Amino acid sequence: MSINRREFLKFAGLTIAGVGLSATNPFFRNSTEAIQVSPMPEALKAKRWAMVIDIRKFKTEDDYKRVIEACHSIHNVPNFGNPKDEIKWIWTEDYEHAFPGQENPYLPESLKHKPFILLCNHCENPPCVRVCPTKATFKRPDGIVMQDMHRCIGCRFCMAACPYGARSFNYRNPRPFIKEPNPEYPSRMIGVVEKCTFCTERLDKGLMPACVEKSNGAMIFGDLSDPNSEVRKVLSQHYSIRRKQELGTQPGVFYIIGGDENAG
Amino acid sequence: MYDGGKIIFGIIIFLAIVTFPFYSNIGKAVTKPDPKLDTPEIKKLTEKKCVESKEFMRAEHMKLLNQWRDSVVRERNRIYTSSEGRLYQMSLQNTCMKCHSNKKKFCDECHKYADVNPYCWDCHLQPKESES
Repeated sequence: MSINRREFLKFAGLTIAGVGLSATNPFFRNSTEAIQVSPMPEALKAKRWAMVIDIRKFKTEDDYKRVIEACHSIHNVPNFGNPKDEIKWIWTEDYEHAFPGQENPYLPESLKHKPFILLCNHCENPPCVRVCPTKATFKRPDGIVMQDMHRCIGCRFCMAACPYGARSFNYRNPRPFIKEPNPEYPSRMIGVVEKCTFCTERLDKGLMPACVEKSNGAMIFGDLSDPNSEVRKVLSQHYSIRRKQELGTQPGVFYIIGGDENAG
Repeated sequence: MYDGGKIIFGIIIFLAIVTFPFYSNIGKAVTKPDPKLDTPEIKKLTEKKCVESKEFMRAEHMKLLNQWRDSVVRERNRIYTSSEGRLYQMSLQNTCMKCHSNKKKFCDECHKYADVNPYCWDCHLQPKESES
């Protein structure tokens, strides 16, 4: 039996109508498409997060240790006990290495050997973001340079691009080297790069970054775009420096050095 | 047929290798996956409901988790509104596994059966399970 032209057209029309209907019918659609999400209501918001580190207020060794330990313990940062494999989100370095090109032989002795707290600068023009081939590292609208560990392929371009050495690579499986894992936060795996995130998970809960909370006022965190924020107030009252400003990355971490009060 | 003996011998060896998975598994019953929902945390719940319906979660949990992941890490949205209008924090470690604290019996049971190896647990910490 052959179909005539009229029957063929009827059938073809019905088929097209059927396909059209099924595309709009929710039954056929991937039902996760209509996913409804929202930010946490208590999340802290800003246009440009930034940090001021008042190095004058770091006096004893314990001041540094407390801050570093606060960060590394909640973020499951491993301790390999070996500087070659070291993973660091926040660490210390002396003036000469933190601010190369700004050293001179006549600096106060106390400043020359004083450790400076260093961390990711969350640059305005982050070179690490430019080079990342998978967009695993990206800049959020609030200025935080964030890492998506799910996308990191471990190419280490970002480590080469970062002028501040803020990024660490997991050459080994970090799991066995995490002393007391924090069950609320993931660890990383072998072959990914990690760094400070300005505690995005804490900001979303309405909390300040862990280091800021534990610093007893030596570290100040806030919105650089808000003239009434604490960081802006502190910056307008003190002379501050940033690391390798000449590179044009516009770091978001400022240092208040101070003068004589460093002595002793 | 030239070299008939060699060819037939070759074909027999070929068939023996190709069919090896079939005859080596004859008579071996594969146990059906039996995921368990009987964690102490779930037993305590008065209303035993997951984020979405059982059928949806069974079919789409991997897509849902992927979307949760991107939305939390990349878009800063951490709250999920379910189709019933309830709110959840989107977190594998802090939401899913708080109820489903039996990773071995809940996740691995089916994943092993289906031979899928999601890499969630390379980074995410699994809940401590009591060996029982």
